[in-house]
Amino acid sequence: MSAPLMVFFVLAAMAILGAFSLIIQRHPIHSALSLIVVMIALAGLYLLMGAEFVAAVQIIVYGGAIMVLFVFVIMLLNAGVEERTNFSKLASFAGLPLTIALMGFLAAAVARSADRVQTYQTGTVAPTKALANLLFQDFVYPFELTSFLILIAILGAIVLAQREKI
Amino acid sequence: MSDFLAEHADILISLVKIALLLFIVLTVNAYLTWFERKVVAHIQSRWGPHRVGPHGLLQPLADGAKFLLKEDPTPAGVDKFTYFLAPLMALALALTSIAIIPFGPDPIRILGHDIYLGIVDLNIGILALFAITALSVYGVALAGWSSNSKYPLLGGLRSSAQMVSYELALTMSVVGVLLMAGSFSLRDIITAQARHPELGILGWNIFPQILGFLCFFIAAVAETNRVPFDLPEAESELVAGFHTEYASFKFAMFFIAEYTSMITVSCLCSIMFFGGWLSPFPASWTFTHYLPSVILIPFGLWVIWDGIRYETIFGRILLPGLGMVIAVLGALLIAFPAVNEFIQGPFWLLSKIFVFLFVYVWMRGTLPRFRYDQLMSFGWKLLLPVSLANVVFTASAILLWRSR
Amino acid sequence: MVPTHYYLILSAILFGLGVVAFVFRRNIITIFMSIELMLNAVNLAFVAFSQAWNRLDGQVFVLFVIVVAAAEAAVGLGIIILIARNRQSLNVERVDLLKL
Repeated sequence: MSAPLMVFFVLAAMAILGAFSLIIQRHPIHSALSLIVVMIALAGLYLLMGAEFVAAVQIIVYGGAIMVLFVFVIMLLNAGVEERTNFSKLASFAGLPLTIALMGFLAAAVARSADRVQTYQTGTVAPTKALANLLFQDFVYPFELTSFLILIAILGAIVLAQREKI
Repeated sequence: MSDFLAEHADILISLVKIALLLFIVLTVNAYLTWFERKVVAHIQSRWGPHRVGPHGLLQPLADGAKFLLKEDPTPAGVDKFTYFLAPLMALALALTSIAIIPFGPDPIRILGHDIYLGIVDLNIGILALFAITALSVYGVALAGWSSNSKYPLLGGLRSSAQMVSYELALTMSVVGVLLMAGSFSLRDIITAQARHPELGILGWNIFPQILGFLCFFIAAVAETNRVPFDLPEAESELVAGFHTEYASFKFAMFFIAEYTSMITVSCLCSIMFFGGWLSPFPASWTFTHYLPSVILIPFGLWVIWDGIRYETIFGRILLPGLGMVIAVLGALLIAFPAVNEFIQGPFWLLSKIFVFLFVYVWMRGTLPRFRYDQLMSFGWKLLLPVSLANVVFTASAILLWRSR
Repeated sequence: MVPTHYYLILSAILFGLGVVAFVFRRNIITIFMSIELMLNAVNLAFVAFSQAWNRLDGQVFVLFVIVVAAAEAAVGLGIIILIARNRQSLNVERVDLLKL
C-alpha cells in the first residue's frame, strides 16, 4: 500500500461521501457544501495525477466562483428544507433499484475493461507552459469560441435577472 | 527508533516547521493587534493601550484571556452546522496561505538535513494562494447567512460580493509579474528579480510593474475587508456586519483570520513587487550587510534606557531584559559572519513585511470608508480595466524586448 | 502509482451518484447541483486519460468543460430565479402547468 494509493483512497472516499451527502441532505445549502467538498477532493485527485494547473483552476473557478453563485442564489431565494412530495408511484418503487443497477453497470463496465486501458504512466509532468502552448496554438479556435460563449451567458443572465418594467 | 526517524525525516521536519510557523504566526497576529491599536492611537493623538504591562505589551495576552473566558452564546434559529463551520473555514484557509510563502533563500543545515525556510515551494505557488482567496469568500457568506438575522445577512452578502468583485482585479494585476518571472512559484519570482544583483532596488518588479502593484495592493486591501473597504463590517452602518452574532471565541477566529490575511498580503506584496529577500543596495556594497546589527543594537540600548526610567517595577525588569536580548542579538550578528550572511535574506523580507503592515495600519487610521456603490464601481469600472491594460502593456513590452 | 482504471471507476460511481441525485431530489437547485457533479465526474475521467496517455489534450478539454459549466450555471440560475419568482416554490413538481 504505497503512499499515492493511500492518498487516492482517502480522497476518493471524501468524494463519494460528499456525493452521498449531496443526495441525502435536506437543506440545499448543506448539499452545496457537500458539493464543495467533492470538488476539493477532485482537485486533490488532479494534484495526485500531476495536473496542477487544472487542480488550481478547478478550485478557483468551480469551487470559488460557480459554487459561490449557487450559495448566493440559495441564500437570496431563501430556499428552505425540502418538502416531501410523492406524486409518482413508479419512481418510489423502481427508482432505487434501477439507479443502483445503473451505477453497478457503469462501474462493472469500467472494471472489466481495465486490462485493455493502456497506461504509459511516464511521470506526472503537466507544466503550465505546455498547456498554454496547446491552448493557444492548437485549440485557439475553441478558446475564442468559449470567450464568446461566456459573453452570451453574461448577457443572458443580465436579461433574465432584470426586474420587470412596471 | 532512529531508523524510523531517519526514514520519515522529511515528514517530521515538515511537521515541526508547521507547528513552529503556526506558533510564530499566531504570536505575530496578537502583537499586530497591539501594534495597530498603538499606531492608530498615536495618529489620533492619544496613547492606546499603556496600562497592561509596560507600553501595553501584555494587552494581547489580556485580550486572549478575555476571548477564552467570555461566554460563547449560540443564537436561536441558526443553522448549527454552518454557524460553526464558517469561522473554522475562515481561520483554516487564512492560516493555510502562510504555508506557501518562502522566508529565506538558503537552507539551514541541522543534523545533516537541509531545511529550507518556508514549508513548501509549490510549482503553482501564486495560483494556490488565489485558490485559497477564492474559497475564503465562503467563510464570510456562510457566516452572514447562518446567523439568522438581518444585519449579518446584509453584511455577509455585501462583503462576499465585494470579495468576489475584487478577486478578478487581484488575479489580473499579478499576471504582469508572472509574465516577467515565467513561473508561478514564489521562489522563481524572487530569483527573476535577482537577475541583476548590481542593480539592487532598480531590479525589483516595482518599477516596471508600478501599475500592477497599485492594483494588487488596492484589490488586496478590498479582499481582506480592511479600511477603506470595510463598509460591510463597519460599526456605524451595519452593527458589525457578518460577525455580529458571533461571540468570544468564534469572533476571535474571524479576527485572527483577518489579521493573518493582512500578513499574507504584506508577504505577497514584498515578494512579488519588492524583491522579497533581496537587499535594495547593490550587491557590491557588502558593508550594508551590517545593517541588521546597526538597527538592532541601538534599538536594544534604547529599550534598556527607556525601561530603566519606567514607572512600574515590572516594566523596570521586563523592558531592560528585552532590550538586552535585542542588543546581544545584534552583537552576535557582528561576531559570527556566517550567521550574518544567512540572516540577510529573512531580515530584508521581514522588514518589508513590517513596512506593509505599517501602511495597512496607517490607512486604517487615516482614510474614510468607501460607500458600497462607490466601492463596487471602483472595482469593476476602474481597477479591472487598469489591470487588464497592465497585462497588455507588459506582454507587448516583453515581446518587443525579446524580439530585439 | 495508482492504476488508471481506479480513477475511471471513481468517475463512474460519481456519475451514477449524480444521476441518483438528479432523479430523486425535488428541489430545483439541488438538481442543478447534481448536473455539476456529473460534469465533475466526466472531468475526472478526462484528466485520468490525459495522465494515462501522457498527452495534455484531456486537460485542455477539462478547462473547456469548466468554462461551459460556468456559463451554464449562470444562465440556469437566472432561469431558476425567474421560476421561483413566478411559481413561489422551488419544487420541480409544482412547475407542471403543461401537464395533461
